[in-house]
Amino acid sequence: MKTLDRVLTWLIFAFLYAPLLVMVFFSFNAGRSTAIFSGFSFKWYIEMFTNRDTMLALQNTLVLALLSAIIATVLGTMAAVGISKMRSQAGRSAIMTTTNIPMMNPDIVTGVSMMLLFVFVGRFLMADNSLGFATLLIAHITFNLPYVVLNVLPKLRQTDKHLAEAAMDLGCTPVQAFFKVTLPSIRPGILAGFLMAFTMSLDDFVISYYTSGPNFQTLPLKIFSMTKKTVKPDMYALSSVIFIAILVLMILVNLAQAKADKQNQQNPRR
Amino acid sequence: MEEKKNIIDLRNISVVFEDGEQVLRDFNLSIRDGEFVTLLGQSGCGKTTTLRVIAGFIEPSAGDVLFDGKKINGVPPYQRPVNTIFQRYALFPHYNVFENIAFGLRLRKVPEAEIRQRVGEMLKFVNLEGFEKRDITKLSGGQQQRVAIARAVINKPKVLLLDEPLAALDLKLRKDMQNELKNIQKQLGITFVYVTHDQEEALSMSDTVVVMNEGTVQQIGTPVDIYNEPQNAFVADFIGESNILDGHMPKDLVAHFAGKDFVCLDKGFAPNEEVDIVIRPEDVDIVPVEQGMLTGLVTGVTFRGVHFEIIVDIEGFKWMIQTTDFSPEGSTVGLHIEPDAIHVMKKSKYSGLYGDFSSYSDEIDQLSELTEEEE
Amino acid sequence: MKQSNLMAKIARAPYILWAAIFIVVPLLIVVYYAFTDSSGSFTLANLAELVQYKETFLLSLWYSLIATFITLLISYPFAFFMSRKGPNAQRMMLLLVMLPMWMNLLIRTYSWMNILERNGIINNLLGMLGIEPLTMIGTGGAVILGMIYNYLPYMILPIYTVMSKIDPLLLEAAEDLGANNLAKLRRVILPLSKPGVISGIAMVFVPSISTFYISQKLGGGKIMLIGDVIERQIQTAYNYNLGAAISLILMILVLLSMAVVNRWAGKDEEGGVIF
Repeated sequence: MKTLDRVLTWLIFAFLYAPLLVMVFFSFNAGRSTAIFSGFSFKWYIEMFTNRDTMLALQNTLVLALLSAIIATVLGTMAAVGISKMRSQAGRSAIMTTTNIPMMNPDIVTGVSMMLLFVFVGRFLMADNSLGFATLLIAHITFNLPYVVLNVLPKLRQTDKHLAEAAMDLGCTPVQAFFKVTLPSIRPGILAGFLMAFTMSLDDFVISYYTSGPNFQTLPLKIFSMTKKTVKPDMYALSSVIFIAILVLMILVNLAQAKADKQNQQNPRR
Repeated sequence: MEEKKNIIDLRNISVVFEDGEQVLRDFNLSIRDGEFVTLLGQSGCGKTTTLRVIAGFIEPSAGDVLFDGKKINGVPPYQRPVNTIFQRYALFPHYNVFENIAFGLRLRKVPEAEIRQRVGEMLKFVNLEGFEKRDITKLSGGQQQRVAIARAVINKPKVLLLDEPLAALDLKLRKDMQNELKNIQKQLGITFVYVTHDQEEALSMSDTVVVMNEGTVQQIGTPVDIYNEPQNAFVADFIGESNILDGHMPKDLVAHFAGKDFVCLDKGFAPNEEVDIVIRPEDVDIVPVEQGMLTGLVTGVTFRGVHFEIIVDIEGFKWMIQTTDFSPEGSTVGLHIEPDAIHVMKKSKYSGLYGDFSSYSDEIDQLSELTEEEE
Repeated sequence: MKQSNLMAKIARAPYILWAAIFIVVPLLIVVYYAFTDSSGSFTLANLAELVQYKETFLLSLWYSLIATFITLLISYPFAFFMSRKGPNAQRMMLLLVMLPMWMNLLIRTYSWMNILERNGIINNLLGMLGIEPLTMIGTGGAVILGMIYNYLPYMILPIYTVMSKIDPLLLEAAEDLGANNLAKLRRVILPLSKPGVISGIAMVFVPSISTFYISQKLGGGKIMLIGDVIERQIQTAYNYNLGAAISLILMILVLLSMAVVNRWAGKDEEGGVIF
């Protein structure tokens, strides 16, 4: 049992990290190949940082992700609060089924279906090219919304219903009660939903591929168009930088979590 | 009563956890067949660890576990002829009532017809007829408790281990279940090893009580012995209420405490040996001052229903006295103590730690805090 | 009370409107395109044309089933071992499992191409040992490997999540009642981890059956999956009607598959687990 554990663990991590190591390794290649190493160099990092196209795509990606995540978080949190107060079982399950559609459906179907909507409406409006930043933003908000709703709803269910009542009993209006009592207690869910939405948006290629036009390129879209030809190590350099950034971020989050856990252990629930 | 053979012997058991914490030290305990034994102590005293050593979930770092005289160290839990009732019941959420109870039989490949019959009998035994198909999560605490009992008992274990089985129930239900468990034990005639921190539960249910503290046995005895003849200040304080005073024995049958000599029934101490004196609050009589062996000032009176609890200050030591006679606060009273009310104990490391009621209200707070943490 | 009901309605209204316009309506439009020709008149020709893609559908189904099965096979014991480790080891391993997920799928897949291609890393190493180069790109194995690689964390995480929530007391209770390791696995761990397994299957199977990038890069242009056909119809042939028809069938195929899995799992669990 112990040996199986060890062997399996090492094999899986070797498998998961092999292509990432290849990526980091060849980002330092002096040559143009991503398979044959011909000497150590930083030149692809310099090239990557000075490439205006790449930097613009990176900027586009971040703006899109931030904007879509914020809008989805606001809309989704409101929705979760509204849904949690719904009495009609049928209405509630209709909404939840609809919410689950983008999560169940293959991304390619979601992408194609939204693209067809935009094309269809565009044809009515006689617009030449309806696809661009606006449609991309709509698409990202749409696939982000379920993550927010599904993260906030359980937290709402966990919060004590009497809390809001107590606040109102003490003189809060329902709106004040929401902001002073309910909102703080569902904050972890909102934060988790926002982070998930943000990263889903950052990483999305398939849906963006169908809903964006030629005038607005995100990083995944740029990578896709570059991998149609032979990739130069600058893409690996960029990915390595992202990899390190995420690694550092995750380690920091982890340390914070470990610290919080320890504190929780020292002061057991009271 | 005929002398029965031992079913479980724990010999010089020590348990040290991975983090270096020693939970049991050189622990010895023998349990006779058919006995209802209770391990009693505060949380962290090692009582649950003892139970887990018997069940086989913990291998002792040193010492032997004997079952029917045979060493069973290293035998995995699933091969030991004991079953456990867990504190939070640990019922399987993915099975219904029937399948939970049938779990052990299915593992032993008992024929289906026999399973149906035995589970049926078991359900009847614990008063849950008609609940076969019920979802575990839809049962009340008391019903879950019964399923847990049925699930363990159906395997006909030689010994049933119970880890604070009533801790999660409310007071009323707890009393009912105490009687029920006692009846079940009588009907089955098997050994029960019961773990609790509730002294009342221990005293009312058990044949034998094992008082534990800091991983060692403080005293083993019948409930009456434990109450009347505590062996040290810890036991005297933990079981019931006690006034524990410093004293010495000038000679046999005479104890000296509170500045006076008293006639008592204890002997066998060295001349003038330092001792702890235990006097139970209900064994002190309040008498007119001129008839009193001791006199003191009443500093507190609390009505407890059947009796009053009176705190009497005698030269700085506060006595607790339980009496049906009312004496107002601020009055001076006399105390009368019969020889058989005085219990003399040898000095121990617990001497001087307990038994003064000068900070009585604080002590109550601490106690209630303790029980909260127990959850 | 009335006032708060009204506010709840106002709170959820924008979302309901949004979901109707951007989730429900697009699906209706897919149906509309699937049953019309480029001039907008009703036709069954698009669906009739699907017959020629029967092989592609079957191949996609077959590859994604193999990939899902293998992923489950390695993830299950791994997730189990992981859930039994100390809290620090668990946290560390969780981080290591999640990290690759955050890297762009395209880059990870391209990197595999570098490893497997004819002049790639494996063949270079083999060449040093004097072994003839192997052809790996363009085989079904390479495509399946790509699917397993990219979606492995999506199988591990939900299974790990349910496993780590199994009360250790239940395992002790089972052992106390006579269950050895095998019986504990069969009667306690397996049934209790089912919801995680179902989520994992869905999260690996759905993107696998609909992928087009993995088959493009690791299939070396020789292997066409259903996602490739949709991509080609929409992005190169601009035949939206046929693209819509294939998407519709793909969606139905996925829904049917998940219905089968859910039936196998029984109705006891409400939905799956998202990590």
